[in-house]
Amino acid sequence: MWEILGTAAWVVSAAIFLWMIWDFFNVNTKYGEDVLVSSREGLDELLPAGDQSSAKKKK
Amino acid sequence: MVDTTVSTTSEKARSLNLLKVLGPAHIWALGVGIVLVGEFMGWNYAVGKGGAFGALIACFVSGILYTCVAKIDSEVTSTVASAGGQYAQAKHTIGPLMAFNVGLFMTLTYLMLNAGDVLVAGQLVQIGAQQLGHDIPWQPFTVLFLALLTLLNYRGVLATLTVNFVITAAAFLSIIILFIGVKPWAPGEVLLHHDLLTALPYGWIGVIAALHFGMWFYLGIEGTCQAAEEVRSPGRALPLGTMSGIITLLIAAAITWYVACGLMPWEYIGWDLTLAPLYDSARMTGSPILIVILFIGTLLSAIASSNGCTNDQARAWFAMGRDRYLPEWFAGVHPKYRTPFRSILFLTPIVLIFALYIPLAQIITFSILSGLLNYTFMPINMWNFRRKWPLGIIRRGFSHPFHPFPALTLLILCAATFFAVYLGYGRQLLAMIAFYIVASLWFAFYRYRYVKRGAQFTMPWPKPAGY
Repeated sequence: MWEILGTAAWVVSAAIFLWMIWDFFNVNTKYGEDVLVSSREGLDELLPAGDQSSAKKKK
Repeated sequence: MVDTTVSTTSEKARSLNLLKVLGPAHIWALGVGIVLVGEFMGWNYAVGKGGAFGALIACFVSGILYTCVAKIDSEVTSTVASAGGQYAQAKHTIGPLMAFNVGLFMTLTYLMLNAGDVLVAGQLVQIGAQQLGHDIPWQPFTVLFLALLTLLNYRGVLATLTVNFVITAAAFLSIIILFIGVKPWAPGEVLLHHDLLTALPYGWIGVIAALHFGMWFYLGIEGTCQAAEEVRSPGRALPLGTMSGIITLLIAAAITWYVACGLMPWEYIGWDLTLAPLYDSARMTGSPILIVILFIGTLLSAIASSNGCTNDQARAWFAMGRDRYLPEWFAGVHPKYRTPFRSILFLTPIVLIFALYIPLAQIITFSILSGLLNYTFMPINMWNFRRKWPLGIIRRGFSHPFHPFPALTLLILCAATFFAVYLGYGRQLLAMIAFYIVASLWFAFYRYRYVKRGAQFTMPWPKPAGY
């Protein structure tokens, strides 16, 4: 019983990592690089809208 | 104005950003979740260095150090609300080379702590099985915990930190239950402080040496900053989550010392090599219910810490990739889950290698030293922030009182802790500093040519005072 738990842990871990690798390659082939790395540093809600626009413009 | 708004909206529509879904409770869960494992294990080596009272002094001094860290972080991060936390702050207040180093400090702090956490979680399963009469290997469970937590982080930050809130609260509750279980209202019945507490066994030099492990009570609370870009309201959530987090840890640290040092002699606590002094405290009470609760609490604290570290290490790496301090490839955001999926997956095998093949003491020392270097940067960061943009010039989510005393206190306590670390781990400290010097040379003479120099300064603030 306890030996089976160890084997089950290996199997479940392998399945999880395989799914993530599959999803990783799926996303990388489905979407362009310009889309995937298009993130911009967060804008603070403390800033007035005008200031946030100027922050975007600097890019 | 109309054109600008349209441009901003369309740019937002085209770009994949991290989701803003977190609240103060998630920030609390991230900070306390990373740290609370330090109450269950690790702090006890401070007792070995300085005795029970030496560890208590180290607990208080480190508490002051981390309260300064929390106050400074609350002010700067609520204003520079970006992924990468202190990395983003360093970029704006000091410059690229400092930012690169701070980014590395944080990534390695969380990565090494993560490796230690999953290693301990796997070994706790092994210990639990052994106490039921079964001998099983710990490695498959270490790998399983890492796989599950990586999956959780991969699929979204809201679920990740909601889970962390539940398991961190459960682990904290286990400490409270133990405290009530040892009847603190009846000294001498269960707790034997009067018989067990002794004078400082190694004098004041032992107390200074204990500072190294006193950090364990709070190491990682600064991790709240990493989620800055994903909170709904940075100006409210970050100070509230961080300050309530440090208050929780101060309470947990005091209870932990009080219970453990009232149940076991300092000579045992200081050299407890079976991982968990709080669990051993529960065993000393002889209560089966407390033993089970503390075993579960210890396991949950290790899992919560690993979960938070997986989150934070990826954010720091992701933020550096976004500014091309590292290859931009690492700045990829998952289009469905909106997580930094490439950074999460890239760092996981490194955590696994350290967890499976490097001794726990080495991993943790590497983590502590990187964290300490990060804390040393914070006073400089705070001074620059207030000097270049004084109060009233830009809007802040939180302004901490009595500046510059918290920054000055933090700097002095960091220097004392560096001395304490040098007493026990001098070679590792020098090796670590050499590593960061080599990394800095690589950045300055090679990598910096790829950095988005103008675009990395994203805060629309006025020019700094004096420029």
